[in-house]
Amino acid sequence: MSERLDVKKTYKLVVNGAFPRSESGRSYEVVSANGRFLANVAQASRKDLRDAVVAARAGQSKWWAATAYNRGQVLYRWAEMAESRRTELVEQVQLCEGLKKKDAQLVVARSIDRIVWYAGWTDKVTQVLGGANPVAGPYFNFSLPAPSGVIGVVAPQDSSLEGFVDAVAAPICVGNAVVALASESRPTPAVILAEMTATSDFPGGVLNVLTGVTGELAPHLATHEDIDGLDLSGSDELADELARLGAGSIKRVYRPRPHDEENPLRRLRTFVETSTVWHTIGQ
Amino acid sequence: MTEHALTSELGALGYDPAPEAASIARLQSSYGLFLDGQFTAATSHEQFASINPATEETLATVALASASDVDTAVASARRAYVKVWSKTTGAERAKYLYRIARLIQERSRELAVVETLDNGKPIRETRDVDIPLAAAHFFYYAGWADKLEHAGFGAAPQPVGVAGQIIPWNFPLLMAAWKLAPALAAGNTCVLKPAETTPLSALILAEIFQQAGLPDGVVNIITGDGTTGAALVDHPGVDKIAFTGSTEVGRLIQERVAGTGKRLTLELGGKGANIVFEDAPIDEVIEGIIDGIFFNQGHVCCAGSRLLVQESVADEVLRRLLRRVDQLRVGDPMDKNTDVGAINSAAQLERIVELSAWGEKEGATRYTGSCELPEKGYWFAPTVFADVAQSHRIARDEIFGPVLSVLTFRTPEEAVAKANNSKYGLACGVWSEKGSRTLWVAQRLRAGVIWANTYNKFDPTSPFGGVRESGFGREGGRHGLEAYLNV
Amino acid sequence: MRLVDARDRGVLVPAVISVPSIRNEDELRRYVGALSGVDAVGVESRVAKLGTRSLKKSTKLRAIDLAISMVDLTTLEGADTRGRVSSLCTKAMYPDPHDASVPAAAAVCVYPDLVAHARRVLGESPVAVASVATAFPSGRASLAVKLLDVKEAVEAGADEIDMVIDRGAFLAGRWGQVFDEIVAVKHACGSAHLKVILETGELVTYDNVKRASWIAMLAGADFIKTSTGKVGVNATLPVALVMLEAARDFAELTGQLVGVKVAGGIRTTKDALKYLVVVNETAGATWLRPEYFRFGASSLLNDLLMQRRKQRTGAYVRPDEFSGD
Repeated sequence: MSERLDVKKTYKLVVNGAFPRSESGRSYEVVSANGRFLANVAQASRKDLRDAVVAARAGQSKWWAATAYNRGQVLYRWAEMAESRRTELVEQVQLCEGLKKKDAQLVVARSIDRIVWYAGWTDKVTQVLGGANPVAGPYFNFSLPAPSGVIGVVAPQDSSLEGFVDAVAAPICVGNAVVALASESRPTPAVILAEMTATSDFPGGVLNVLTGVTGELAPHLATHEDIDGLDLSGSDELADELARLGAGSIKRVYRPRPHDEENPLRRLRTFVETSTVWHTIGQ
Repeated sequence: MTEHALTSELGALGYDPAPEAASIARLQSSYGLFLDGQFTAATSHEQFASINPATEETLATVALASASDVDTAVASARRAYVKVWSKTTGAERAKYLYRIARLIQERSRELAVVETLDNGKPIRETRDVDIPLAAAHFFYYAGWADKLEHAGFGAAPQPVGVAGQIIPWNFPLLMAAWKLAPALAAGNTCVLKPAETTPLSALILAEIFQQAGLPDGVVNIITGDGTTGAALVDHPGVDKIAFTGSTEVGRLIQERVAGTGKRLTLELGGKGANIVFEDAPIDEVIEGIIDGIFFNQGHVCCAGSRLLVQESVADEVLRRLLRRVDQLRVGDPMDKNTDVGAINSAAQLERIVELSAWGEKEGATRYTGSCELPEKGYWFAPTVFADVAQSHRIARDEIFGPVLSVLTFRTPEEAVAKANNSKYGLACGVWSEKGSRTLWVAQRLRAGVIWANTYNKFDPTSPFGGVRESGFGREGGRHGLEAYLNV
Repeated sequence: MRLVDARDRGVLVPAVISVPSIRNEDELRRYVGALSGVDAVGVESRVAKLGTRSLKKSTKLRAIDLAISMVDLTTLEGADTRGRVSSLCTKAMYPDPHDASVPAAAAVCVYPDLVAHARRVLGESPVAVASVATAFPSGRASLAVKLLDVKEAVEAGADEIDMVIDRGAFLAGRWGQVFDEIVAVKHACGSAHLKVILETGELVTYDNVKRASWIAMLAGADFIKTSTGKVGVNATLPVALVMLEAARDFAELTGQLVGVKVAGGIRTTKDALKYLVVVNETAGATWLRPEYFRFGASSLLNDLLMQRRKQRTGAYVRPDEFSGD
């Protein structure tokens, strides 16, 4: 009996809860860690990026309008989806990162648990980062963290799933929407994970993923005025230049530092704005 | 005030019965104790009946745990703590709790029916309030299990060990969730004693623990009566006692625990003051007063059982309130259109009747809602006492039923003084459109919970608990972890 | 002491009628401005709870028929023609040609220049002719033009006039102007009854809806109506609740009964029944009749007919079973 031919997957962009090809029609070849052809992946253009930002802005207001409890449940459902499609993720991580199956499984397990960790933050951030302030006067004064808005993420180039999860789930769990540039050479795990947002009750536009050439797209991410913050984790030698470009609209910028694992809340804190309210107290 | 009314030829829209199906409950005829992950008979094999207070019919029998069963339960919890749970990472504990939350959501209709049958509260409330909040509590605390170092209790707070938890009959499943979720998230194991008249939803919860794969012994459930609870309180193998119930029993427990080294939190009674200023939004305040005292048949520790209304609007508020009370639908808890259900037990009904008689004796003016009460079961028509004075028993004693006492005040200061003039201090309501005044009053009220322009709102993120003889300790929020950590 | 019989739930008519004296804008401001505010969270949660009422069996059947009898079947399009209005009128008189037990709609609602035609088609039928007027829907024209609009509709045979208030004037605080215009229009109506459209979607807050309701009732409205149906946000349950409470309070104060009409966006039987529950449990039985409560709708009627058929036969009905008018 001849071997069954499998149906190959087409990897497209994830924008506004839908899966379009690049408006430029371009694609590029992605190869696995050992050089074998993996897929032709969409090569996003600056116009795709522009559309993604519009979608993110619209999606963000719906996302923030939901209760923290609801957002936590949606993130947890994302983890449920990832768990049930574990095998696919393991396979892609193995191929992209050249890992042994056992190690790829550990990476995927940690990534799913990480999403669960973020799911539990949505309704606790306010209690940890906010609070009432005892001002010296008859005022009720309280500080609350609100999301910055739309965050542009240059996802880590090497850590195709685990690093991607940290980079996008952190801003999302505090109420932001994200336009992420997936790892240029290892994009497929990010696309698969982003596809799952469509079956997790995320409003469209909360997570947008563009695959393509980082060097081409990142400067547009950095200069786009309707992006409020930048995560430059995957921009390597471009990072300084992008940080300078981001200054044009006073973006909040996150760059990796040594010992980041000791400060797991830093990303969350970078992409919230603290708003403080005073209210008089008197008869 | 004349009472002739204009009615349409069609009359008011009377609602046909809209009953939920009791068969959804799938109750077994008898239940054992939940020990070490299994249902087992009590050593004495003694069972007692749990009845439906709306019909007085037996729903099922449950086991009566004796001191030796309590011993087994505590030993099981200790074993599970030492061998399994204390070695389970926060991330793993979180995932068990998330599973439990999801299972409660999946089985929510069944749980709502069981709760209504066993407690007597309307299906609308169990469906829309009790069960969803129970799931939400597990969801919320699941998220703390792997974040304890961020909770403000130090870099690596540790659990206390084995928690003995005794819960009341007014929100059976929800109280179980309030106790178990933070305890488990923080790394403790538990022995839970449900109330004598409402054990069933906790036993369904035990089935859910099995479905979730919760390791054996992490939660043990011992049904029984006062003697069971006493045995649990006294057990030397328990590191912490959490109790929700009456102040009388709370006092006894505190006495017995004193000097034993056991941690203790108490959530006791209240006589909540619902304070209405003249600028309150008039129609919404009426709903708020109703919600404050007739929600859950008034079986709420934080009930707004005293209405303190500013004298300048007292007549108008009372007029509208009485009209609204008359619209309350009292009857079959399984009917989706019922607003007020049955009183939970004959004993509780007797207490309500007795205290209401005192109200009349002391000279307050009694108004009773005009509703037809069913023949079988335990029922009390919503009642309002006007012209109540601070020195009346019905202004000071917790009735724990659908009875409202109405008093007046003139100034914000007087409102605060009257509200605070109580040995209790659980919850209050403040109604005004002037924010600064609301905050001024809130600052001065001696209460653990203050609702502004609303009442009886609960959320797992919001700390709940009393001051003075309403107890100590908080449940809910980041603060709710404190009781279950060694900090 | 027993209270009002709960089965009755009618309005309590005061022994002493007390109509507030409103002689000038100042007095209007003081009276309306002193009304208690509305807590939005409280209103919305009350509505949500009322939305859980379950109407079954005979209650549901009665409610569906009641709702049908309360429909003002409406066509207010630039493209309206006599042909369109003829179909509408026929549908209003005989909603279900296969079932004579289906009640007729309360009224048809059209633009003033089609009133005469509607009157002709309806003949002696009890279905009333309601006409929008006063430069509907925007109301942005001079008072003289608006009054002429009303006059022509009344002369053409309109039984009811649906006017719009000047929202610009209301939002700019010129309550006296809003009041005076309503008085003038009421006068121009003659014997026709007047519905005052508040355009609640443009008033936005519940406090504004309450105030506008009182201004309209004090000025002599026979009905207060939520919307033109031509803006983004039309009738909502919380807005209806606020208006019904205002009508109830007004009746208890003055002895005058003002009806409430909800219009725009009410498409399903489920929606309509939710409104009836709100009427039932706020203003009460007195408003549960077409004289005091209306639905301004078009596609709602067919959904009511479909649900009515389904309740009787047990089977879900295909939309084509009823005329598309």
